[in-house]
Amino acid sequence: MAAEGLMISRVALLRLAIIASTLLFWEALAESGLLFRDVVPSLFKIAHALGHLGANADFYANLSATAVEVGVSLAIGGSVGVAVGLLLGGSRLMGRAFEPYIHYLGPTPKIIFFPVMIMWFGIGPGSKIAMGAISCFFPVALITAAGMRQIDQVLIRVGRSFRASTWQMVTKIYFPALRHPLLNGLRLGFGVSVIGVLLAETKLSNRGLGFMVMQSYSQFDMPGMYALLLVVFSLAIMVNSLVSQLGGLEVPNH
Amino acid sequence: MSGRPLAEAKWLPATLGLGGLASALALAELLIRLDWVSRFIVPLPSEVLVSFERIIVEEDVLSRFLATAGEALAAAFLVTLIGVALGVFLHRHRLLRSACESWVAGLAAAPLVLLYPLFLVIFGRNALTIVMIGFVSGLPPAILKTVEGLSGTRKVLLDVGRSFSLSPAQLFWKIQFPSALPVIFVGVRLGLMFSLINIVGVEFLINFGGLGQIVNELAERYDLAGMYAAICFVILVSVCFFFASERLERWLLRAS
Repeated sequence: MAAEGLMISRVALLRLAIIASTLLFWEALAESGLLFRDVVPSLFKIAHALGHLGANADFYANLSATAVEVGVSLAIGGSVGVAVGLLLGGSRLMGRAFEPYIHYLGPTPKIIFFPVMIMWFGIGPGSKIAMGAISCFFPVALITAAGMRQIDQVLIRVGRSFRASTWQMVTKIYFPALRHPLLNGLRLGFGVSVIGVLLAETKLSNRGLGFMVMQSYSQFDMPGMYALLLVVFSLAIMVNSLVSQLGGLEVPNH
Repeated sequence: MSGRPLAEAKWLPATLGLGGLASALALAELLIRLDWVSRFIVPLPSEVLVSFERIIVEEDVLSRFLATAGEALAAAFLVTLIGVALGVFLHRHRLLRSACESWVAGLAAAPLVLLYPLFLVIFGRNALTIVMIGFVSGLPPAILKTVEGLSGTRKVLLDVGRSFSLSPAQLFWKIQFPSALPVIFVGVRLGLMFSLINIVGVEFLINFGGLGQIVNELAERYDLAGMYAAICFVILVSVCFFFASERLERWLLRAS
């Protein structure tokens, strides 16, 4: 116990040392002028930009626009993904017929579908939601299908022997048994839908965090861009670890 | 009659899959020809098919493919070299690993591709930005899987090495590294997948480079059939890459 406690405190100390030395190195680099000063701004400027961001009503409006787009895309892409995953995982024939397409389409760069989504859903939030939903669909469908195949067959036979209806099978047997895969799918789906929505916002949008990042870029407001990226990364990592903890999953590891 | 159930027949799933795809395309063709779906939004699948030849000849797809492949190759080289080296370094220093591994895992979950405006400022609107985005996004899985692979070396193998009085360097190169290689390859493959996705994505977003740019250009010209054909081409290239790398990974895992 004592050795473990010592190890934990040494790890904490090392983490603090790494953070402190990184910040010091950054500040020294910013002050040295070795790189363009605007590209590596002082930490004080970034902290000031963070404070400014926190007090900026526009930031919250854009944050909520992105949050709504991600939430709706997760709901649409996630629910379609779960339905397709249940279908493919529940039927061997359907799984073998259509799962390879989803498996190989899954890792393709979804952002190239953005022009198509603009044609279909316009330049407003619809096309961003569609991008997030497409991104989210693939991991959720694949993980649900794989999870379905791993359900203990005894549970399914018990459900059938009680003559459970399809709805009862889904709600009483499949969903409880699929808790871990579903949460894992949700975690991965969330990550990729955030990327889909934010990238779409950087390409063509007039609101959202992606739009704000591009605004900082076009105005060459580097501290503002660093502050925004810090906020976006922190939020994405926080939600990810929250979903992982909810499902008792391991820390994200692809 | 073999008596085997229909669902077990090997040809049936492939036929059903291809049949489903062909039926969906035929339905789309019909709906567009009946003007139930506007052809100004969705082009006829037959037009898209014809456009393949046009984009290959007129848009110089081969050189664009080579540009993307070159960027992917450069990012792959960096991911493999630096990712594996960092993984080995973290594995060797237990305290550092305990401190940093969860950070690397956190980075793997972060939308790293969103750094592209920052990289545009640092490196400019050129291939280096695209390669660096590919490199950064592919790095976390390569590091994590290298650490995992090296940590998973069976103790009995290490004991055998020690019983032969191998030096630490020999122990690493003769036992640990070869036994971890399949898992390291999984990490490198995942890294390459993320790299390729982000490379094509950033090419599209900044309208520079290879395959991603062609989609953007055709969309800006409102060449719908050409744009759909280019998207199909990008998908085809990605699928071929993932299929080949997956086969290689399976072969490596079997060989180990």
